[in-house]
This record gives sequence, structure tokens and C-alpha cells, in this order.
Amino acid sequence: MRHDLEALVAAAQAGDRSAFDDLVRATYIDSYTLAYRLTGDEDDARDVVQEAYLRAYRGLKRFRGDAQFSTWMYRITANCATTFLGKRTKNRHDELTDDLVGDEPALTVDPEASVDAAATRDRLQQALRRLPPRLRAVVVLRDVYDLPHESIASELGISESAAKVRLHRARRKLRADLVTMREPDEHEEGSADARAV
Amino acid sequence: MPVRCEDVAPVLGDAASGAVPFDAATRLHIEHCLRCQAEIVQYRRVLRGLRAMRTQVLEPAPGLLPGILATIEEAGERRALRELIDGRRAAYVGGLAAATAAGVGGAIVLATRTRRAHRLAG
Repeated sequence: MRHDLEALVAAAQAGDRSAFDDLVRATYIDSYTLAYRLTGDEDDARDVVQEAYLRAYRGLKRFRGDAQFSTWMYRITANCATTFLGKRTKNRHDELTDDLVGDEPALTVDPEASVDAAATRDRLQQALRRLPPRLRAVVVLRDVYDLPHESIASELGISESAAKVRLHRARRKLRADLVTMREPDEHEEGSADARAV
Repeated sequence: MPVRCEDVAPVLGDAASGAVPFDAATRLHIEHCLRCQAEIVQYRRVLRGLRAMRTQVLEPAPGLLPGILATIEEAGERRALRELIDGRRAAYVGGLAAATAAGVGGAIVLATRTRRAHRLAG
């Protein structure tokens, strides 16, 4: 698959439009997933992904193949999402924080995942959506997509130390949220045990 | 001075991810502190969950792919048109330059001939 992508990139760089279309087909779901995780909104994610591929098309000759094409697309998508969220904040004159609530789009779930892991994942996704976008962007890029601090800082237009501070805050908030969400379940289990006794 | 939970708290997330090794004092504190150990376990759960998300994909609505391809096609057409216009512009400017050069050359030849005719007449 990776070699296929490399061949497609080479062909697209040589001016083959259909090769670029194939690159889009091969990667757009991953790019959309990242855009959705960063924006928390389906429509916004669609806009971000369209803009990201347009930028990729215009800048394809500058892609030197140091990283994988998909990683390059993650960086462009993250950059577009940051610009998009920045504009949206400016337009609304308010801080986008805790109110990103909506239905999660259909999720392709690993069938072998255990019930407990699925519950943790659902809680984590809820907690992630409650994070302020600036913290969410850093933790998603670092802990989900494994991008280095340096790339994250450069794509988000912040310093590397600011990226590290945001990562620490985001992880702390996620942990605290997860603990808070688990506690009611544990209380229920506890009272069920008590009733059983 | 003994290490307290508050001192250790900022590094627990990094420590859980394996990014930062503990120093001796921190390790000693954690080995004897159930609260910090519990926090590390919680961070590990968070990080495991986040990493698992890497393999999950969200299915976009069906119109997204055609939308992206149409945007790219439009951009490609605009680029081709721009290249065509730039090419024509270059040809036009080149033609203008050639015509100007020919005009100037002609004028020089004419002026030279006229001057020679005057000299012969004089």
C-alpha cells in the first residue's frame, strides 16, 4: 500500500491528475477522521478536508517524500483545521470550548475489542469532545497520530514548549474526565453489590 | 526535602507514556505512593485508548469524495487555463517585442537611407 502511494505521488507530481484522484481516494477517510477529531463537527470537517486536499494539490511539487504521504496530509489537515477554528472563533467572538455536542458519526469498530475497552473508548471520545480545541488538537496529533512535538508546534503555529504544556493539560483533563465518568458506574456497581449482600 | 505528590504530578502523564524516565527520588516516591501509582494507571488507560483511536475511522457522508474531486478538478482547470493564458501572454509580449524591434530597425534603415540621399543630393 505504501509503495502504491509512493508511485501515485510520483505520478501525480509528474502531472498525472488521475493519480492525484487515486491518492485522494486512498487517504480521504483518514484525513476526514482527523479533521472531525479536531473540529468536533461533521460539516466543519468536510470543509477542512476539501481545503486540505486543495492545498495538497497546489503544493504537491514541494512534497519531497521525507515522510509518508498520509503523514504529510495529517499535517496539512491539522494546519487547515487550526486556520478554520481560528476564523470561526473570530467570527463568533467567543471561546469554543465545552459545547461541542452532537451525534458521533458511524464508527468502524474493531470486532475483537472487549466490552470494557469499548466503554473506555466511548468515554474517552466524549472527554475528547469536551476539551477546548487548542488542547484537543495537540493531544490528538501527539497521542493518536504520533506526530512529533516539533511538527505539531509548527502546524499549530505555537512554540514546542507551548505544545508540551498543552499536551500535559489535555492529558490531565482527559484523565480527570475519565475518572469522573467511571465513578458513577462504580458507585452503581458498589450499590448493586451492597444490595446483593 | 522529600518529594510530594504535587511535585510528581506534572511528569506522571509523560512517565506513563514512557517519554520521560523517572529520576531516583521520583521513582522512590511512586514506589511508596498508591495515589501516584493509581494516577499512572489512569494515564496509561487514557493513552491506550487514544492510541487505539488511530486504527478507527469515521465514515464521512457519501458526498465528500465527489466534492473533493470536483474541487481538485476545478483547481486543475483553473491552473491549465492560467498556464494557457500565461503562454499566450508570453507569445503576445514576444510578438509585440519583435514587432517593436522590426519597427525600430526599419526606422533606422529609413533614417540612414534618407541621410545618405540628402548627403548625395548636397
